Amino acid sequence: MAVNTQTWWQKGRVAECDELAEGVRRIVLCPDRPVHAAPGTHVDLRLDLDGHARKRSYSVVRSEDGGRRLTLGVQLAPTSRGGSRHMHGLEVGDVVEMTGPVQSFPLGVGADRYVLVAGGIGITALVAMAETLRRRGADYTLVLAGRSRRVMAYLDHLVDTHGDRVRVFVDDEDVRLDVESLVGEVAGSPAATRTEMYMCGPIRLMDAIRRAWAAHDLPEPNLRFETFGSSGAWAAEDFVVHLPQLDRSVHVSRDSSMLDALEDAGVEVMWDCRKGECGICQVKVLDVSGRIDHRDVFLSQQQKEAYASLCLCVARAARGDSESGSADPAAVTLHLP
Amino acid sequence: MTTLDSPPVTAASKIFNFPRNAWYVAAWDHEVTAKQPLARTVADRPLALWRNSDGRAVALADACWHRLAPLSKGKVLGDEIQCPYHGLRYNSAGRCTGMPAQETINPSAIVPSYPVVERYRYVWVWVGDPDLADPDTVPDMQQMDSPEWAGDGETIYAPCNYQLLLDNLMDLTHEEFVHSSSIGQDELSEAEFEVSHDDRHVTVTRWMRDIDAPPFWLKNMRDRFPGFDGKVDRWQIIHFEAPSTIRIDVGVAKAGTGAPEGDRSQGVNGFVMNTITPETARTSHYFWAFMRNYRLDSQTITTQLRQGVHGVFGEDEEMLAAQQQAIDANPDHEFYSLNIDAGGMWVRRILDRMLQAEGLPAAAAK
Ligand code: FES
Ligand code: FES
Ligand SMILES: [Fe+2]
Repeated sequence: MAVNTQTWWQKGRVAECDELAEGVRRIVLCPDRPVHAAPGTHVDLRLDLDGHARKRSYSVVRSEDGGRRLTLGVQLAPTSRGGSRHMHGLEVGDVVEMTGPVQSFPLGVGADRYVLVAGGIGITALVAMAETLRRRGADYTLVLAGRSRRVMAYLDHLVDTHGDRVRVFVDDEDVRLDVESLVGEVAGSPAATRTEMYMCGPIRLMDAIRRAWAAHDLPEPNLRFETFGSSGAWAAEDFVVHLPQLDRSVHVSRDSSMLDALEDAGVEVMWDCRKGECGICQVKVLDVSGRIDHRDVFLSQQQKEAYASLCLCVARAARGDSESGSADPAAVTLHLP
Repeated sequence: MTTLDSPPVTAASKIFNFPRNAWYVAAWDHEVTAKQPLARTVADRPLALWRNSDGRAVALADACWHRLAPLSKGKVLGDEIQCPYHGLRYNSAGRCTGMPAQETINPSAIVPSYPVVERYRYVWVWVGDPDLADPDTVPDMQQMDSPEWAGDGETIYAPCNYQLLLDNLMDLTHEEFVHSSSIGQDELSEAEFEVSHDDRHVTVTRWMRDIDAPPFWLKNMRDRFPGFDGKVDRWQIIHFEAPSTIRIDVGVAKAGTGAPEGDRSQGVNGFVMNTITPETARTSHYFWAFMRNYRLDSQTITTQLRQGVHGVFGEDEEMLAAQQQAIDANPDHEFYSLNIDAGGMWVRRILDRMLQAEGLPAAAAK
């Protein structure tokens, strides 16, 4: 499995776009310097959002003609940080700044069994993997979970292509994915330790799977996942960051990340991945009013529950289910390094 | 991309590119151990080779996900390898299994793991598209571990493009000039040869009848037929299998006893087993062995033959290194071909097709 982590910036022209499902847009980009995008790759786009250059990552659903045509699937997030709204506004002929394919979610070879789990728009990371596994003649199962069929992109296509290897769970039909039984089934099979699971979707689903995976003592490296840190336990809302060290407070709006808001306010912060993986942006939490919606995969469950630190790039504060009559926004007090 | 000073791309390119969708020998089986990793570059891909606890050979990219420290300088710990720098551990699939300084593992932490097959006393790796790695396409080197053959070999680190080694082995008329004291003789260049091919193989056959045996072969005849003296029929049948394995069926038999017609009972037969692994465009790992099918139990003969061939190949090595230097010193000069190059040119044509299928140019980058 070649892992390509080289990034270079180039221009890409929008060649096609249309509706894939309700709120999901298919965008075909033709990059200047085509490179075939292997399953699991994504491209980063540099978007101009309200005068700020922002990086957003989108999985490559399909790579055709040696990478001359790269298909993305973008869901319009109801609480978009601006990226998806911008992407939905693109039209044929528009030119975007993009990287070549970046690989941080490679599909392995040689496992006895593969289980791909997609929650909602997470399917975009898995379509090409499923296709490759089918071509290889591998033993695989594709699990699709979503709120309603109307919003589930590629559903019919995948069912047609993969037949009874596909299992569909739809909340509004009351056929819900039971994480415990899914992982329990893996753990109970003779190929348990030789099964690889690849998942992409909301952080809540992935956390539940990670917990079940650990509880069943399945090998940690066999659970592969990718997150772009854009979903959390609660919907994004406005909140406030207090920085006693600097004697100031910064307002974070629902469509901006804490990291972006701090940078825009001229606060110097350190970061690398900007998607909750590396832990470079970790800072100490001194106080919280409301809840911390961590959204990262760097901190362990215990570390998250301790409320002692958070990853600036993806974490948010939320009032969550904390029942306070006041309309005061949630707030976190941080100690910067 | 073509630039003004790049040479025209032809099958006679002097610095030939190598396909990546192929099995190449990375090491002899005994070189890869569970004790410590082995660093070896195959087709421009630096690898760390080691054996995990069940004895399976593993090939990982020799660069840690974190800061690219070479894993080959790390430690093998059971089923895992540990990076020598900050202690990240990887399993044989290249997945990170532990990061000492934190409670979680970054989901993208992985290094490429390449398909490996052990066969014929060698560890073969596939550095191309892993989905195409079919163990059934490992080149045939069955004499290496067949009970009917005995022998041993060595590795030469050759400072030249792999194609120069293939050219060298596909045309043995050079023996007359390069190996005059051991296996060379006039009849080599004079005898007719025949070439045949399919899309993976090329065979060059040459028979020399009723000649004096050169020193190397006379000694072998006397090992088998003590006191032998007289004329021999000599053969060289060169079997190439893509991309870079050449087995040469060589031998002599008492003249007129029917060897050309198939009865080799009055002779001695050896197989020179060669498989060449491009390291870079200008360096190669050349794995060879000499296998024989008589006096199988004599370690003395095995050792003498290995030393004898070692001496012969030392002469080739010198010539090939000098040839590569001359090529580099004369970037604008083309290769011209002679009739004797027919076998080598068929090899280049087969490789050219493999390169085209991978979208690679025939000439390697400078
Ligand atoms: S920048 Fe990597 S976790 Fe925040
Ligand atoms: S470079 Fe390997 S652990 Fe840091
Ligand atoms: Fe030679």
